[in-house]
Amino acid sequence: MTVVQPAGPGSRQEQVALVDLLDRVLAGGVVVAGEVTLSIADVDMVTISVRALVSSAGTLAARPR
Amino acid sequence: MSETGGIWVYAVRRSVPSPRLTLVSGVAGAAIKTVQAAGLTAVISEVDLAEFGAEPLRRNLEDLDWLEAVARAHHSVVEAAATQGPLVPMRLATVYGDQSGVADMLAARRALIHAGIDRVTGRMEWGVKAFASDAPAQAGDEAAAELAGPASGVAYLNRRRAQLSASEKARGRAAYLAERLHAELSGAAEAAELHRPQDPQLSGSANTMLMNATYLVGDRHAAGFRAAVDQAVQRYPALRLQLTGPWPPYSFAFTDASQA
Repeated sequence: MTVVQPAGPGSRQEQVALVDLLDRVLAGGVVVAGEVTLSIADVDMVTISVRALVSSAGTLAARPR
Repeated sequence: MSETGGIWVYAVRRSVPSPRLTLVSGVAGAAIKTVQAAGLTAVISEVDLAEFGAEPLRRNLEDLDWLEAVARAHHSVVEAAATQGPLVPMRLATVYGDQSGVADMLAARRALIHAGIDRVTGRMEWGVKAFASDAPAQAGDEAAAELAGPASGVAYLNRRRAQLSASEKARGRAAYLAERLHAELSGAAEAAELHRPQDPQLSGSANTMLMNATYLVGDRHAAGFRAAVDQAVQRYPALRLQLTGPWPPYSFAFTDASQA
């Protein structure tokens, strides 16, 4: 039973885990509908992330952090 | 600007006197600029539409190496900008045709964006993931041992049924504990969101992820929140917890849909 303690701001030694970052940048953030010239806002970003991650799951698991 | 260029938007914040972000570069190594309108500043960079236009973007988002590079670049700009003041991050791959499109968006969404910034001012996001501590086999084994008798078909079936039911109970109990944990941590935070549990192949843990939660916590209460997580580690031995953060408030940004 362990808790991974994050490095505080300014003392970050380690990159954040990609999977945790993608949770946030693909499912979070402000979405402004309608005005973005490119239609990417209409695409289900969560679906994109799942497809991208699952299809490359082996690669990601083997990737050194 | 050239007709092959688009504008990638990282985040929006209130206009401040010296908004300089010269130490970080953006996606594809581009220089960070700003667009100001309606008392708001959008943090932007120019992107090549041959790579970031709608169709290539769709394709590139499926490429994990590309996605990782872009996501990390986006994050490093958002994080650097967040050290200078409160902001709302934009979702990855928010691309406008030109700077005036960004300025129009700032003006049209002025009230919504100001309210969004108010909501996260002085607050950061902390992630807490909960996994089952270990495989829920023990209870099943004990039940099976009690039932171990003559090696008849009926005995085998009974034993098997007891094993399955015990592991189901263990799973149900762990899920119940995760719900209680989430309720407790929500009480120590100003807002909470649940992300989908991560796939075991991606989470780096063989154990089932029961909860992938994230909490909006006031900076002055961050130590208290972390203490609440530490206490939960002691109180919920059936769960293994991972704390991440602090993050810019990605999961607490508004969307147009939620306002409709």
